[in-house]
Amino acid sequence: MKEFLKKFKRIMLHATPREQILVTTVFFFVLFFVMFIYLGLFVKNNEEKLLSNGYNKRQETLASRNYRGKIYSRDGEVLAFSEVNDDQKEFRFYPYGKLFAHAVGYSTTGKMGVELLSNYYLINSGASLTEKIENDAVGIKNPGHNVYTTLDVELQQIADNYLNVYDGAVVVTEIKTGKILAMVSHPNFDPSTISEQWDELVKDEDSSVLVNRVTQGLYPPGSTFKMITALEYYREHGELWKNYRYVCSGRFDHDGYSIKCFNGSVHGELDLTQAFARSCNSSFADLGMSIDRKGFDTLCNSLLFNKDLPTDLVTSKSSIPSSAEMDSFAMMQTSIGQGKTAITPLHLNMITMAAANGGILMKPRMIDHVENVAGQTVRRYEDEEYGRLMSVDESLFLRGLMESVVETGTAGKLKNDKYKAAGKTGSAEYGDEGDSHAWFTGYAPAEDPEVAVTIIIEGAGTGGDYAVPLAKRLFDSYFEQKEP
Amino acid sequence: MAIILQQYLIELSRYALFALMAIYTICSFVLFAPVSQKAEHRLYAVQNMLMLLLLFLCFLDLTFATGNVRFLYLFVFLLLFLFVMILLVTLIYEDTNRLLLNNMCLLLGVGLCTISRLSFARAYRQYLIALFSFGLCLVVPLVFRKVRFFKKLTWGYAACGVGILSVVLLLGRIHNGSKITFTVAGLTFQPSEFIKILYIFFLAAVLWEHSDFKWVLISGIIAGIHVVILVLSKDLGSALIYYVAFVLIVVMITGNNLYLMIGTIGGMAASAVAYRLFGHVKVRFLAWKDPWTYIENKGYQIGQSLFAIGSGRWFGTGLTMGNSKDIPFVEQDAIFSAICEEFGVLFAICILLVSLNCFLEMMRIAINVGDRFYKIICYGCGITYIFQIFLTVGGGIKFIPLTGVTLPLISAGGTSCLVTMLMFFIVQGINIRLKAVERKKAGIS
Repeated sequence: MKEFLKKFKRIMLHATPREQILVTTVFFFVLFFVMFIYLGLFVKNNEEKLLSNGYNKRQETLASRNYRGKIYSRDGEVLAFSEVNDDQKEFRFYPYGKLFAHAVGYSTTGKMGVELLSNYYLINSGASLTEKIENDAVGIKNPGHNVYTTLDVELQQIADNYLNVYDGAVVVTEIKTGKILAMVSHPNFDPSTISEQWDELVKDEDSSVLVNRVTQGLYPPGSTFKMITALEYYREHGELWKNYRYVCSGRFDHDGYSIKCFNGSVHGELDLTQAFARSCNSSFADLGMSIDRKGFDTLCNSLLFNKDLPTDLVTSKSSIPSSAEMDSFAMMQTSIGQGKTAITPLHLNMITMAAANGGILMKPRMIDHVENVAGQTVRRYEDEEYGRLMSVDESLFLRGLMESVVETGTAGKLKNDKYKAAGKTGSAEYGDEGDSHAWFTGYAPAEDPEVAVTIIIEGAGTGGDYAVPLAKRLFDSYFEQKEP
Repeated sequence: MAIILQQYLIELSRYALFALMAIYTICSFVLFAPVSQKAEHRLYAVQNMLMLLLLFLCFLDLTFATGNVRFLYLFVFLLLFLFVMILLVTLIYEDTNRLLLNNMCLLLGVGLCTISRLSFARAYRQYLIALFSFGLCLVVPLVFRKVRFFKKLTWGYAACGVGILSVVLLLGRIHNGSKITFTVAGLTFQPSEFIKILYIFFLAAVLWEHSDFKWVLISGIIAGIHVVILVLSKDLGSALIYYVAFVLIVVMITGNNLYLMIGTIGGMAASAVAYRLFGHVKVRFLAWKDPWTYIENKGYQIGQSLFAIGSGRWFGTGLTMGNSKDIPFVEQDAIFSAICEEFGVLFAICILLVSLNCFLEMMRIAINVGDRFYKIICYGCGITYIFQIFLTVGGGIKFIPLTGVTLPLISAGGTSCLVTMLMFFIVQGINIRLKAVERKKAGIS
């Protein structure tokens, strides 16, 4: 030990120039090798992201050499394709017109949807070297990669037809993979002629045609938020939640404020399951007053409120005020999904997916794989787990509540003998006239959840009457398509 | 048909260029292994052949791609220049360090090729400057053999350095937000590059004799004045190089690692103060931390630099196929990214390995030199050379904040080219002295 200290002291204070030079040399070699590794990782990981940046002019260079590849639905229907005329000018067509407006998006005046997400592959050509060089020689553009999405034409059409003239949003996802099967936002536009409509759309500040309501529309969650209030109650009480009782007289009074049940209903004596199934506002306001505010904040945070959603899609942040900013009335309102809370349909769908999937959230995605012109797969997107939003027990608890909504509650229209569904309705009130947005979020089959559906129809009325029937059609179609 | 041929040529030469460069790099490191003198000379010849092939292929690509024969002319003149240089130097000085010479020629060649692809006019100017520098450099080893009073000009170096830098600070015109250039008779100089040599000589002249605390302090004050003037001139890269050179030289010659600790802490404290005091330091730091948020203005250069590297990937886009011209000041500040884009990252790493090889050779010579004065100079040249490369490359790939210094021997920039060549030949001169001393000793014993 003493020997060592002595040696250390000598090296520290009286190193020879030779030793110092060797140390410097080693230091710079190590420094450079760390830099090489950094550079290598940078090249390996970042190409796609860099090329998609709007400030990267290489996109234009590629566009002058290649024309955009095709975009397909999951069953192989062409959703977008390009034609090149004799002057090598490229025209983009969307055979389904407005149907995939927001999901597939557009690529002429800026980009959105799949056109944006997989721009890198669409503008890079997978043609062979010989082919590329021969095409270049005679001035012909090369075809870009073809992108296969997870989108399903039939589900998309059902949602689109049902929404009809209503504004709103519908998203259908696979719970175990995160694949988005349908994504519809109304009002919509025809991406083939977007450049002609562009000036008009941009000029009109009230127009929200270009907004994808599924990912960017912020709505009051209404009664669908009771899932979260109930979940917090379960977190605090565990199995004792079964002891909860409330006698609903049609209103709940606290601190001089009052919350009324929807449409003046009086629910009588309820346990938590019945309160949830029948969407009793009074009992949930009562629950809201009993829960721990800090725990509630933590729960909302872990359910991705006030955060960027884990997905490549362009999304808005859902927001909820921190409970410290809320007085009793605000807290009562928040507990039943009114107040200042705002949520995107995609976010609500993600919470539903996690609840149905034992608490684990799969990242939502729209792209399945990319092929080159020769049909070889260039990139396959794997199912990606985001992580756990709630425990297995909590997931089972929520599933129980959501099943009761179909069995005995507001989503009774979903009852049928082919499959068992579960979910939560909502009628989110807005304005002063008593108008409401119709919400439904749910999944099926209840026993082994596969598919999640989230619907909002603006100003339509109650979720049970207006959103649930669409959910039924979507589930029906999903299970019919599955049958051989 | 011709177009098809040209395209195949450019596509395939991406791999060929990397292969040539990789073999060259391996040769330069093999030379550090104990090999017979015969094998050594054969390896030098192999290196020269590889260099020839590599440059030929580059300029062939450029000629075909642009359809302009001027690239072939440039190639012929470049080749002539490099081989005359190698021939002349080795003939005049039989103890020339061939490895350093070969590496220098290769780096100059690749640099000129890259610059000519970005701007032919600049390449032409650079070529003339290299020619002129070579003329100057040729006598450097001779001067080192004959002149004995270098050790005695201590205060001359200091006065000259501080004086010129101050004049530049006061009179120099604004150049990219930094007052670092100086125009005499139509030629623009960057004195901070040039003063670097005087500065190293000053430190050597003080510290070879006295390395006690008093003299370290005195030299520290003079070095500090240099650094402060550079910071005020907004030439942050040079300021950093000067500072690091001082600390490392002091630690090397005194053998006291406490100076290293003080130097590191002092450097960090100074950076923190500079960050608060100077807007341009803060801008550089923010642009490094998150170039994408500031891509419209302060992050633009680094952003474009990263785009170039990302588009080049491992084997590059092929010469003339990239968009490196989008990077502001690409020929000076970001030439490394331009190389990454068109030659590929693997090729660019080989370039850095060759630079490290030069550094290693300089350090080897520094160890062997007995005379403390020349030891310091050799060591100083080596560390300023490699540290400058680290700053410019690290800045361009977002490893560290961008400081805007040139890549020695490769970037466009007359002063930088001249000064780096001078430093290489100063090391050559020291090496030749060393060999002469060794021979004398061998003769006596």
